[in-house]
Amino acid sequence: MARLSGIQKEVTKLYRHCCRCVYKKPEETRPNWRRFIRGEFAKYREIPKRDFATVEYLIRQGWKRAELYAGEGVRDVR
Amino acid sequence: MFRSTLTQLTKIAAPHRFLATTAELAPRVKTFKIYRWNPDTPEKKPELQTYEINLNECGPMVLDALLKIKNEQDSTLTLRRSCREGICGSCAMNIGGKNTLACLCRIDTNTSKELKIYPLPHMFVVRDLVPDLTHFYKQYKSIQPYLQRDTVPEDGTENLQSVADRKKLDGLYECILCACCSTSCPSYWWNQQQYLGPAVLMQAYRWLIDSRDQATAVRKEMLQNSMSLYRCHTIMNCSKTCPKGLNPGKAIAEIKKSLAFD
Repeated sequence: MARLSGIQKEVTKLYRHCCRCVYKKPEETRPNWRRFIRGEFAKYREIPKRDFATVEYLIRQGWKRAELYAGEGVRDVR
Repeated sequence: MFRSTLTQLTKIAAPHRFLATTAELAPRVKTFKIYRWNPDTPEKKPELQTYEINLNECGPMVLDALLKIKNEQDSTLTLRRSCREGICGSCAMNIGGKNTLACLCRIDTNTSKELKIYPLPHMFVVRDLVPDLTHFYKQYKSIQPYLQRDTVPEDGTENLQSVADRKKLDGLYECILCACCSTSCPSYWWNQQQYLGPAVLMQAYRWLIDSRDQATAVRKEMLQNSMSLYRCHTIMNCSKTCPKGLNPGKAIAEIKKSLAFD
């Protein structure tokens, strides 16, 4: 695989962070969470890798939402 | 007396009643170019959208024009507004290259020039003219903008202050935290994460010199580093742009003066 650029690494980092957070959720809802995370990332798969402004915005937004969903009170996602 | 005035008035007013309408005047069409960006389609780049408004049918301020556009032409235009009289600081934006409140900024009646409106510079945009001020408010919170005392007043009612001490707060307490000054400061643009910015520093000073506050030493200690305060290089864009006519540059200079001998 080709070496990843800095911004691609940022995306991977966010994705890994989200996937790790799933383990803090109740066991029975974890598949839902995985599907949700994959879906959210897949939404923007078509965005060209050189469109930095957009990707940076999405990363920023992603961290914000990850923090929101990581809260104790949020158990399930549909 | 009262009645006669009334009858006189109606006599004079009646024939003219329908004359002074906007249709009589030559239309003064002004072009507005407004920054548009929609987070739902992040791959689309931000753009300037053009709107045309007849100034005869519009109030004198930029906010009136924006609301007119929102009401009549394009309801998707997004902006913050609340008091329409320069008290709330919600409608801060970059109008014709200057950070100011839309409700306090008159529309330039020269119709040959277009007016460009952008959100506050160097802030993340939530949508159209709405900037993300979360970080700004976090910084404000970090200076602990509230009265801190170890002792309670002896009579158990109020913390009293002399007239002279109260006078020191004039020109500081009026700040409405619209973030116009902070976002006009190049130092703040490049060091937003560490530098507090003029608006927050002015509030820091307001609490430093409050005669009722007893946490002065702690407050000073918080500012005693190379970034939070000393990133101010007296550029003075803050004082130039402040829509309330305050002088954050001077407040920062006063803090520097009091810190210099610690």
